This record gives sequence, structure tokens and C-alpha cells, in this order.
Amino acid sequence: MEEDEYAGGVIKKFLYVNRRQPHGTVYALESLETVLIGAAFDQDVSMLFIDDGVYQLKKEQSPDGIDMKNFSKTYRALEMYDVEKLFVERESLEERGLSAEDLLVDVEVIATADVKALVDEQDVVLSF
Amino acid sequence: MSTLNIVNKSPFEKRTLEQCLKRVGDGDSVLLIEDASICAVAGTAYQDQLNATAELTKLYVLQPDLDARGFTDAKLLEPVQCVDYTGFVELVAQHDRVHSWL
Amino acid sequence: MSIEVNGKSLETDEEGYLENLSEWEPEVATVMAEIDELELSDNHWEVINFLREYYEEYQIAPAVRVLTKAIGKKLGKDKGSSKYLYELYPYGPAKQACKYAGLPKPTGCV
Repeated sequence: MEEDEYAGGVIKKFLYVNRRQPHGTVYALESLETVLIGAAFDQDVSMLFIDDGVYQLKKEQSPDGIDMKNFSKTYRALEMYDVEKLFVERESLEERGLSAEDLLVDVEVIATADVKALVDEQDVVLSF
Repeated sequence: MSTLNIVNKSPFEKRTLEQCLKRVGDGDSVLLIEDASICAVAGTAYQDQLNATAELTKLYVLQPDLDARGFTDAKLLEPVQCVDYTGFVELVAQHDRVHSWL
Repeated sequence: MSIEVNGKSLETDEEGYLENLSEWEPEVATVMAEIDELELSDNHWEVINFLREYYEEYQIAPAVRVLTKAIGKKLGKDKGSSKYLYELYPYGPAKQACKYAGLPKPTGCV
């Protein structure tokens, strides 16, 4: 991509569904990079964290000891990429003994019953 | 609005099927492929959950995956419809979006 | 590929970005700028240092739009403009300055 604003393209609504822990597989990092690319192309991007995906946003991750990059810091940059719609499922947090206070960014907490409505608004759904 | 949800993991190994089923609703469809295809067969531990889901959601299974696993003539759950590859493509075209539960 | 900095040979990728981020030292930027026939002014260093701090905080090389906005916030409106940044870094402020700062290529640039 050239370093100028992407203009005149079609803007679609993308939902990235994150369902896995951050460090055991490469899914979470791949999702995050895809989100940043989508945002660089001025697409309308939302992220949903369900099941083990909620662990991606856990505060105070220090993966140095397992030789992984601490990309949890990058979630705090999403706002600057105009990715401001972060949804976390309440039941997934509760099952894991977590609450929104354990997360490193501001999110909107939604119920399992609200997930379908969120999915129904989207043009494209990508699951990681 | 309708979403075609595709599941390809065995529920006996991964929880993807349950995770998908609790988040689908009216007008959605679930297509079972690859290692998920076996739960279309009657008599598994997942049959009640799938039958309950089918009250609001359509269920499909990819026939070549059942054939490959030796279930060509098996009794399938009542609400499940079999599709071939052409049917798979038609399902994708009929829905507003696809959610592949990788 | 590699570049010579203070008598050491540092690996770079085919576009000239450092392979190992931890090998960066200010001299790296100077050597890379010399290759591009550019002399680094205080204004250049301000952007390089900004990018180093940004990467430390967010673990990501910012896209140009994000960089411009963030520089404007930190260093003032005059400097938060594409014109100002392109004058400093004619090959593209995000790409060229990230390279000098030892960062990976910004995500979203092909």
C-alpha cells in the first residue's frame, strides 16, 4: 500500500471473532495483524472476544520468559487506528473468574444472547 | 439476516461445536464438515443439543465427509440435511455471510 | 544483506530493515541515512526517537496516518502533518523513519 490515504473504496463492516488464548497458538497475533491491516484500509472494524479469546486482553501479561513478543500492548494502540468497537462476552469472562477490570482496554461487555445481533450487522465475519 | 456457520472440529476433541451452537439463532444455519460431520449421525452424545438447536436453526452435513468416515448409510438426526459440494456452494450463496469456526 | 555499524556487521532484510531489533543503536540510523544520502538533523532524530518510544509502548510500527496524528499530539500541530514528515523522509515517513529507528516495516504497508 502506498503511504497515502486509501480513498474511494467500498467500506465494509468486519467482525473479528477471537476465541483462543494469546500465546499457545499464533491465532491471536494473526488476528490482531489482520485487524490493523483492515483498519489501515479504512474498513469498519469490530472485534469480539469470546471463550478463551478473553484472555488476549488480560492485564499484566509478561511473556518474555516464554520468548514471546508482548503484543498485548498493541491492543492499546487500536484506538489510534480507529478500532474502537471491542466487545467481550460476559459469560466467557465469568466462566474464567474474570471481569472487565482485569482487561487492559475499555471494552463493551455483552451477553451471549447479544452475539447473534452483533454478527447480523456484519458484512464479513472472520474467526480466529 | 442469516449466517452460515461452518464447524469442522469433532466435539469429542474440541468444544467448537458447543461454542458455535450457543451463539446462533433464528434464521442461521450450521454446516458440519470434516471431523464435525460425525455428529450428524444419530446416537451421539450431541444429538439432543443438535435437535434442540434445529428448532431455530437449519442443520446441514457435507456428505463426502460422512462417506469418507464410513457413515454413508448411517441413520442421521431427523433435522439434518445432507449436501454435496454444489450444495455447499449454494448454501454460501444463500446466506448473508459465512462464519467459519476454525 | 547487512550493514556495517561501529565495526559490527548487522543483518538486514531485503528492504534494509534490521533483522534483530535489539541490535539497534543511534549509529544504525546514521549509517542507513548515509546509504540514502541523507544527513540527519535534530528534526529527523525527533521522529526516530518518537518511533522508538512508540514501539516500546505498543510493540508495533505505526501506519503513516497513525504516526502523523500521534506526532501532532506529542510534538505540536506543525509537525503532525504529512507535508512536514515527507520533507524529512521523502521515501515515506513511516517506512523510512521506522527503518532508521530499527523497527519492522509498519503493518499494513506492502
